[in-house]
Amino acid sequence: MSGPREREPAGSNRAAGDPAVDGTAGAAGTGGTAGTGGLIVEGLTVSYPSSAGPAVALHGVSLRIRPGETYGLVGESGCGKSTLAAALAGVLPGGGGIDAGRIALDGVDVRALSAREHRRWRASAFAMVHQGTSSSLDPTIRVGAQVAEVCRLAGLSRAQARSRAVELLGAVRLPEPATLARRWPHELSGGQQQRVGIAAALAGSPRLLVLDEPTTGLDPAVEREILDLIQALRRQIDAAVLLISHDLALVARTCERVGVLYAGRLVEQGAAADLLTSPRHPYTAALVAAVPRVGVSRRERRMPALPGQPPAPTDRPAGCAFADRCALADEVCRTSEPPLAPTGPTGSSAGSADLPEGVADLSDGHTVRCHHSIRVDLPRFQEQVNEVAAEPARPGLLTVRGLSRSYGRTPVLTGIDLDIAHGEVLGLVGESGSGKTTLARAVVGLGPHGPGEIRLDGRPLPVALSRRRADDRRRVQMVFQDPDTTLNPRHTVGMVLRRALATLRGEGTVADLAGRVQLGPRLLPMRTPSLSGGQKQRVAIGRAFAGDPRLVVCDEPVSALDVSVQAAVLELLATARDAHGVSYLFVSHDLAVVGYLADRVAVLYRGRIVEVGPATAVLLGPHHPYTHALTTPVDPVPPGRAGQPGRPGQVRRGSTAATGCGYAESCPRRIDGLCDFVDPPLLPLGGGVTTAVHSVRCHLDAADLPVFPPPAGPAVAAAAEDEKPEKENV
Amino acid sequence: MTSAEVDSAATRPPREEAAASGAPHRARDQARARDGSLAPRGLVRRPSFVVGVCLLVGWVVVAVFWPWLAPADPMAQNPSLRLLGPSGGHLFGTDQFGRDVLSRVMAGARPVLEVAPLATALAVAAGSLLGLVCGMRRGLVDEIVMRVVDMFAVFPSLVAAVVVVALAGRSTTTLVLVIATFSTPMVTRSVRAAALVEREKPYVEAARLRGEPFWSLLWREVLPNVSGTVLVEATSGLGNAIFAASTLSFLGLGQAPGSPEWGASVADNRVFLQQCWWTVLFPALAVGSLVVGIALIADNLREQATRR
Repeated sequence: MSGPREREPAGSNRAAGDPAVDGTAGAAGTGGTAGTGGLIVEGLTVSYPSSAGPAVALHGVSLRIRPGETYGLVGESGCGKSTLAAALAGVLPGGGGIDAGRIALDGVDVRALSAREHRRWRASAFAMVHQGTSSSLDPTIRVGAQVAEVCRLAGLSRAQARSRAVELLGAVRLPEPATLARRWPHELSGGQQQRVGIAAALAGSPRLLVLDEPTTGLDPAVEREILDLIQALRRQIDAAVLLISHDLALVARTCERVGVLYAGRLVEQGAAADLLTSPRHPYTAALVAAVPRVGVSRRERRMPALPGQPPAPTDRPAGCAFADRCALADEVCRTSEPPLAPTGPTGSSAGSADLPEGVADLSDGHTVRCHHSIRVDLPRFQEQVNEVAAEPARPGLLTVRGLSRSYGRTPVLTGIDLDIAHGEVLGLVGESGSGKTTLARAVVGLGPHGPGEIRLDGRPLPVALSRRRADDRRRVQMVFQDPDTTLNPRHTVGMVLRRALATLRGEGTVADLAGRVQLGPRLLPMRTPSLSGGQKQRVAIGRAFAGDPRLVVCDEPVSALDVSVQAAVLELLATARDAHGVSYLFVSHDLAVVGYLADRVAVLYRGRIVEVGPATAVLLGPHHPYTHALTTPVDPVPPGRAGQPGRPGQVRRGSTAATGCGYAESCPRRIDGLCDFVDPPLLPLGGGVTTAVHSVRCHLDAADLPVFPPPAGPAVAAAAEDEKPEKENV
Repeated sequence: MTSAEVDSAATRPPREEAAASGAPHRARDQARARDGSLAPRGLVRRPSFVVGVCLLVGWVVVAVFWPWLAPADPMAQNPSLRLLGPSGGHLFGTDQFGRDVLSRVMAGARPVLEVAPLATALAVAAGSLLGLVCGMRRGLVDEIVMRVVDMFAVFPSLVAAVVVVALAGRSTTTLVLVIATFSTPMVTRSVRAAALVEREKPYVEAARLRGEPFWSLLWREVLPNVSGTVLVEATSGLGNAIFAASTLSFLGLGQAPGSPEWGASVADNRVFLQQCWWTVLFPALAVGSLVVGIALIADNLREQATRR
């Protein structure tokens, strides 16, 4: 949002800006392939000064986004995604500078503009939406006024700006925009704040819209709404849209074309559907394979983990930057860097054959930077079918009965009953605010205390951690969500693990324990803040396993991690489970992640369990209407209703105590007069294939419950297919 | 050099860890630069911090080595040279007994720098312990300690000190104990506030989950992470303690009248302020420069600590 919120009056006179901006736009928007419309980036090289010499964050990046097109940029953290966004905005942090390259928007060479003209350009043609809009909205100004301010900078009068602001708030599908404009930022939910951010970004009618991780930190349901909104707006505003994300599935659903950034280089680029179904670069293939899919469990397919990390910007290898992590790498890869070349006839991309010479790197075709692109194959998931004999689970490790918790007067959990068998993985899903974390904390003895019974192996566990016996503590351990605060920042890895072994009376040495969670001895003397997110989480897992626990509570252990790292950590958890026969209570908002690891799944909604049963049965249905809303990637609610109170993601905690089904007001299958007044019981569905019981808290008959459409293939590919019809418009 | 001891006491645990772990230099620097609180490099670049350190170090050197540095005996009376203005022979002039003011100012540094750092060290040690225990344990102990702390905070400390010294008799020990007692509440509050923030973090919860003993929790887990706060409290407390020591001496409750201590000197000569300003100004400037120097250090440390 920084772009449109420029305070310089220079931006207010849009007519004085470059007439060329508007002049070429119309022609190029409708025009053919050779126009200069949209964003063209050529050979962009950006570096930051550092004590170890210049850190090259971007190296020769070239890409093109046409007006009305959405271009997705993916890659792990530290690969230069955000640097590209900052370079486009002309606001590189930390003394960074553009060393070479050209940025042109609608034919205007942005780098040639003077500082004054550049400010004007940024106010009129450029807009950016950041990850956490909550912090970029001014908490002391009403949201309408904040959007109106941007309109004023675009040259509107006071009154015009005010009505335009309301119009924009309506355009981003906020309910009752006129009323909402009078609200303060803190009165809005995270999703609504993000929409206000988008509204403000649109106020200047930008020609280039940069969305930097726009949905990170939002609930899946809210994320879906924001993405739908971006889809719809893109066609209306006819601007070039750059979507930066680490989430491949999201990019596949939203973008027409995708570029993969690795170590500051574009390693692959092409149409979204094509690139994500048949990647030609081993890095892309590894990223695609690392995305967990709804309904695919670890018993069917083990996730191939991508080892290592991207190289540091100061320490790029001479040859292919990916060579160290690549299974296909040979001598050629280590000595010469491959060019970004069109995929040969083996690639399934259309129209890449008749490319003129010299413009290969700006083509629409599928291009890849790899010596061995012909040999790259997406690891097919049939290959790795891993029949782990489902050992009969011995029931009764953990029994929770009638557990209730509240923060002050606000009830968070009401009457939770839960069972976990020996060696079983119970997944717990639900949107934020549903009480997942509170339940996880209650099991280990943390957080607010309240009524309810927790039994471990049949023996009751005291509610408070301080009253639990050392032996019980040892047997129930926890892995926390945020890798940055889960380890003492003053300690080294070795100290963390040594303390865990000492207090949990674990056997073996620190090095053994580190080895079990795949941490090299090189890391032991390092302070925890210098580790990567994945390494921190490995240390945390190692710490939890130090004393041979029976139950490990995992509270969103992978939600803060990159896709590739997430796959590796999930794999580690799966291996640890098989090796130790430990049980997990695995909390996540990501159904695919839960489905990968869990044997059974419990769905939490507003502090109640609305459904519990075998993982595949719960995720694929027939299941509770709320579970259905969580699993379905396409928003089933018509756009007009989006954002209204009671949608998933807008939890109103206070209403848990009200009579009737908690989900009644947002349920598409509500039975009038029944669901509003009578709380449905948690009843078992008859005739399951497995022995485990599948129960649903709903008034509907089992036959009427919704079903998840069986996945036809990888979810990423399926989502990408949805986008195909729209490509014809471009 | 007691003041330096206070500083190093606060910074010691993390430094030792780094040395013991033998981490590669780069990793250690990165870690230090990231959490920032004790990063010396950024501080050295700030002129105000350097000025503060120079003032403090200068006074410490004078306090230790004044017998060799002072041009004359600070106690030697010379009736023929009474109340001379600053000149080449006596840079800061002489007082009513003909004693060299420069020598007295230099000699006065020692009693101040004996009492204040000792009192601060005591206060920081006691306050940190109380603050950590209260912040981590909460409950009744916390409630009682914090009410006592509140009581101390509302009580005019100078009045109380006067009463205590009058009752207990004048001695360096009394002075140190009184100043330490009245500095402890501030330290307790700050450290408790910092501990309250830390206790909610997952790494502390993880330590509780694995059954880390309470004292080990305080010492190993929380203390290293509130050491920035402790350090800031130590430096700002030192400035206050110097002021308090001089004030009590000025009131005749610290050092004996006739002592070269700055507060006592100002008190002895305040009747001559109209005619012989140098007898009062230079000891007063000495207090001021030392306190300002310490305040500059404290400000910079605080800024560094809050920047993480």
